Amino acid sequence: MRIDCVVNGEPRRADDVWAGESLLHVLRERLGLPGAKNACEQGECGSCTVYLDGKPVCACLVPAGQARGREVVTVEGLGDGDLHPVQRAFIAAGAVQCGFCTPGLIVAVHDLLARTPSPAEEEIREALAGNLCRCTGYEKILTAVRLAAGREHES
Amino acid sequence: MRPVSYSRVADVATAIGTVAADPDSTFLAGGTTEVDLQRIHVARSKRLVDINDLPLRQVEELPGGGVRIGAVARMSDVAQALPVRRRFPMVSEALLLGASPQLRNMASIGGNLMQRTRCGYFRDVAAPCNKREPGTGCAAMTGVNRGHAVLGTSEYCIATHPSDLAVALVALDAVVLTQGPAGHRQIPADDFYPMPGETPDREHPVAHGELVVAVEIPPLPMASTSNYLKVRDRESYEFALASAAVAVSLDAGVVTDVRLALGGVATKPWRARRAESVLVGAPATVESFRAAADAELADAVSHGMNAYKIELGRRTIVRALRTVTGDARMVSDDGNPP
Repeated sequence: MRIDCVVNGEPRRADDVWAGESLLHVLRERLGLPGAKNACEQGECGSCTVYLDGKPVCACLVPAGQARGREVVTVEGLGDGDLHPVQRAFIAAGAVQCGFCTPGLIVAVHDLLARTPSPAEEEIREALAGNLCRCTGYEKILTAVRLAAGREHES
Repeated sequence: MRPVSYSRVADVATAIGTVAADPDSTFLAGGTTEVDLQRIHVARSKRLVDINDLPLRQVEELPGGGVRIGAVARMSDVAQALPVRRRFPMVSEALLLGASPQLRNMASIGGNLMQRTRCGYFRDVAAPCNKREPGTGCAAMTGVNRGHAVLGTSEYCIATHPSDLAVALVALDAVVLTQGPAGHRQIPADDFYPMPGETPDREHPVAHGELVVAVEIPPLPMASTSNYLKVRDRESYEFALASAAVAVSLDAGVVTDVRLALGGVATKPWRARRAESVLVGAPATVESFRAAADAELADAVSHGMNAYKIELGRRTIVRALRTVTGDARMVSDDGNPP
């Protein structure tokens, strides 16, 4: 089937999409956007987090057909030609180990700070509960969120 | 995921007609259960009929103080909806304490009610499971059953129902509205979930092609101070080991009305009617709460690893009742944790 949707602000088309395919597969394998990662494929880990009509979702659980006519923003679309401040904060804080969870976390933090510019500690933890880091590098990730929120003095 | 065909429908009649006409089809809403179970070969529908475009997303106030929630409204949207937060905070809390932010953005209310058990043997197609394949047996009986039920079990199944929302809805006497080839039905939430008995594969009364279209919660003034307590292995993104949805009305320190339902400890969202009957007319004291909890768990049965849930269930009831009545009202608090 054919999927027409808007990805990172641009109309995109994918043809010959199989009905059982996920949005994640379409983004990575058909549209050349490998930022969102394919890890658990069960919606457990958040590595595939993208915006769908403005809400972060697990792209691995979205059948491709559901994206038809809708708006998708991936980690590649967050910065305006440059790295987004959330991405810069992750680099500055050293909040990356193997890096596999990082793109999903970036999208989740981007959403958190858009809704809650100065989140409390427990708000940060709840907002990132669906993003697992198997390197267990959570301390630096939390530091990066505080940095991006302008609360680096508290870290 | 196995090959499936996918189509999107724009109106309820077409959705029902499409699924009713094809025994290998199913409705697709948020996909957080259906797609997951397709991928591990537990769900085997060949045709997914996407109902997300149906006009069933509204949360509406009903006259007199009730709320009507559309079946494809998202968990995250319903949790934040003012009528729900004001009138039925236990519903908002139950939603926010479930899943992860991403999954709450995807998962629908109807899908939440229809979700399948998280029993590891149900999800493992190599294991015997009377719920997935009737007559094959139950691997949980003597297996890893730390998360399994102690109330409402049968020799065929001890799996818990995973929904937090359903626990709150059972406490509130909510009604599930369906529409199908045979017309409209209104099913009380408590009746929506049968006991497993000899047929644990029959998880709800919804027929093939019948669609959950809404949930209605009737007025209950005392629910405006209700709460939902969820006890689990970690503080976020985990299913309940035990949970309690509770609303209480007091007059001069005496319980005049109470609603109490339990999650995590039973094979269905469990209305704690024995506890309720002990509480009505009793003073709102820790002693009363313990007596109610003892009555509710009196017939609990463990299968080994889940023995702790009997005491955990009792303590969850007592803690939830203390929280909703306010510890200041305790006239004989012994100072120990419940």
